[in-house]
Amino acid sequence: MNLVLISLILLLGFSSYYFGRKKATIIQSSQRLTALPKFYGYYLAIWCAAPALIIFSLWSVFEPTIVKNFILADYLDQNLTKNELQLIYTKVKALALGTYTGDINNFLDNSAGKYIQIKNMANNAKIVIVLAALILSLSYAYQSIKKNNRMREPVEIFLKWVLFTASLAAVLVTIGIVFSLLFEAIRFFQSVRIFDFIFGTHWYPAKTFVRDGQPDPELMKDAFGAVPLFAGTFFIAFIAMCVAIPVGLLSGIYLAEYATRKVRKYAKPIIEILAGIPTVVYGFFAALTVGPFVKEIGNSLGLEVSSESALAAGAVMGVMIIPFISSLSDDVISAVPQNLRDGSYAMGATKSETIKKVIFPAALPGIVGSILLAVSRAVGETMIVVMASGLAANLTANPLESTSTITAQIVVILIGDQQFGDPKTQAAFALGISLFVVTLFLNVIALTVVKKYREKYE
Amino acid sequence: MNEAKRKLLNKRYRAEANFKLFGQIAIGLALLFLAVFMYKIFSKGYTAFQKTWIVTEVHYDKELMLIETDNPSLEDLENADYYDIAYKAMTRLDPSLPEEDDRQLIQMVAFTYEQEVKNHLLKNPSLLGKIVPIRLTASDDLDQVHKGNYPRDIPEEDRRVNDYQLKIYDMLNERGDILSKFNLSFFTNPDSREAELAGIASSFMGTVFSILVCLAFSFPIAVLAAIYLEEFAPKNKFTDFIEVNINNLAAVPSIVFGLLGLGVLLAVFNLPRSTPLVGGITLSLMTLPTIIIAARASLKAVPPSIREAALAMGASNMQTTMHHTVPLSMPGTLSGTIIGLAQALGETAPLILIGMVAFVNTIPGTPVDPAASLPVQIYIWSESAERGFVEKVSACIMVLLGFLILMNLAAQIIRHKFERKWN
Repeated sequence: MNLVLISLILLLGFSSYYFGRKKATIIQSSQRLTALPKFYGYYLAIWCAAPALIIFSLWSVFEPTIVKNFILADYLDQNLTKNELQLIYTKVKALALGTYTGDINNFLDNSAGKYIQIKNMANNAKIVIVLAALILSLSYAYQSIKKNNRMREPVEIFLKWVLFTASLAAVLVTIGIVFSLLFEAIRFFQSVRIFDFIFGTHWYPAKTFVRDGQPDPELMKDAFGAVPLFAGTFFIAFIAMCVAIPVGLLSGIYLAEYATRKVRKYAKPIIEILAGIPTVVYGFFAALTVGPFVKEIGNSLGLEVSSESALAAGAVMGVMIIPFISSLSDDVISAVPQNLRDGSYAMGATKSETIKKVIFPAALPGIVGSILLAVSRAVGETMIVVMASGLAANLTANPLESTSTITAQIVVILIGDQQFGDPKTQAAFALGISLFVVTLFLNVIALTVVKKYREKYE
Repeated sequence: MNEAKRKLLNKRYRAEANFKLFGQIAIGLALLFLAVFMYKIFSKGYTAFQKTWIVTEVHYDKELMLIETDNPSLEDLENADYYDIAYKAMTRLDPSLPEEDDRQLIQMVAFTYEQEVKNHLLKNPSLLGKIVPIRLTASDDLDQVHKGNYPRDIPEEDRRVNDYQLKIYDMLNERGDILSKFNLSFFTNPDSREAELAGIASSFMGTVFSILVCLAFSFPIAVLAAIYLEEFAPKNKFTDFIEVNINNLAAVPSIVFGLLGLGVLLAVFNLPRSTPLVGGITLSLMTLPTIIIAARASLKAVPPSIREAALAMGASNMQTTMHHTVPLSMPGTLSGTIIGLAQALGETAPLILIGMVAFVNTIPGTPVDPAASLPVQIYIWSESAERGFVEKVSACIMVLLGFLILMNLAAQIIRHKFERKWN
């Protein structure tokens, strides 16, 4: 039904383009046009399709909520909770569609009848209103074509609005992220105190699982302490940076200052391949090769090593991050003005002394920025940790033990079927918002630092 | 020059050489890791492209198949009973085995052996009544033994293949009745719980659909947004705000987009779970900033003289942009888009959150059928305990990397072939 309506609108829109252009050429035979004929076509097409489509989409968005309120108005006097009302509405809908398999009582049956009635009414009303809007706006546009008004400006203004709306998409996505995370997280903090979440040291959400009914609040208090996860996240990120910073920075410096043109041409893209490998592949590699390898070495040294050690996950993550640091620091170092180098050489400094004493300090803000970006990347990395590090949240500073991270726990909680309204599911969103805040914070600092640095040398 | 000065100079030169060496070591380490990584994946994975078959003989005995008519039609063959003849085809390998141990022989082939016998006959109905050789898919444990991925010398109780089965295997191998052929079913089969039958067809289609949906959503919006920001946006606070938003969005962890997909697309808009449609939209939100940034960069690279020339000829701003600037920027935009899509192609975590991790043993035909995707398939298989899946994961990784390389090559070619150089 909806598809037919949309295609009808689009068909009319396309045909009115030709109609408008034709009309313009007719006018052209008697008087001078104020725009190219095709703009008359565009004008008519836009007025034909745009209002109708806007009304159509607004209607489609709001119709379900309004219909739901109509149906549930009958049940309001029964003092039902929100969840029960939702359940009733689902039943009514299923009954109306003929897919319901359960006990049918009179009340439900009535509601289903009413649902079908309202749905039909709404459908008919939608068609009438959309078509009416289409005809009205079309005739208005046709009038202005007849009067040979200026046509290019309105068409271009419309296009500009379309462009502007598209650029709002990024803002909308951000708003969507913040609200969807906040919405669930706030509900989570209604059942778990925010203090227990941020400062609690015991993370064991599976404990709160209770079939039918609310879990014991005492249990809740002790099950959602996120400190082990925060600690684990930064611990693994720290291990990763221990691998990535020396290797990445040194190779960045080498590529920027020492490498011949030829070496640079081949080495740089090859190192960047490391950034293009999907993280799930790194995860598999860490779990299957690096993990057992670390364990074997540890055991031969007489150490107790978990087969899912933080060290293995962190080291592989570090390798993944090498190209970020090397590329970014390469760019930053190449941007340092040549006259600084020349000045240093003129004083008799060797190349490495110039790099250490002159170029590195000059490039430091940019390098710090790129390291912060890399840290934010490590903090948000998911698959390596899920596959190679443990899923049990231990509070530990021993790289040979297994530990868990924010991202890994989100996956653990949400894999498989989730129940919205369950504190466990909401906990994942609370973790999500802490992750979002941390990475946002790191990114904003990094971007500001890099921007300041760029301005300095431009 | 006195001695002290010479010493100092030598020290400084040594430091110089050392520093350079450190740089070379760092680059060497990065390259070494890449090499080890590729070697590990390829050496583990290439065997998955071979499939092991056991050759035996089957007697299409009408009586055992419960066919009563003399000239059975295809439909009769379709409804015939294949259990007995398939069973016999396997027990024929060792007639001396007591009947109660038959299972040991049956376990050497995939559980679909009865179906395979049936399909074989349906393809050549003339074989009815004859005794013909047939090849059956070997079980994954035997497959691994044949490929040498499975140690034979550990104690029998720790092995999935027992001594008797190994004896039969050796006998068949000597006779040349163990075949190793190209594993077509790896590409045409959907996922399966049995490693020997599992293929990537379902996850491959899931990936294709997700990427198409992702392209359909992200490309138009991103290009329009980039045109606005680069060509029309006034310099004010709000434009700055949009720009900051885009830059930050590009650095948000992918798993957060998964939460967005779960909390908004599934919970609010009630889109179908586990489908490439939702997966594609989620990925498109992630790709959006990447494409916007690439498209803006390539719009910026179009020299102002082009715009000035068009404006001087009396074109409006919109005409200048749409007729000249945008077409000239397209190669850069397209290669940026492909790189963004390649990133989306390897993304796993957001897809897991919106349920594309469900076990799907059918090949999806539309974007609203439940599906997995290649990276998720890697995750699913690598969580399986069976040994046969290890090579499957590696092979799946090879396919995925192959795609990524192809896409990046395409991006390079578009960039080098079509992009105009202005100077």
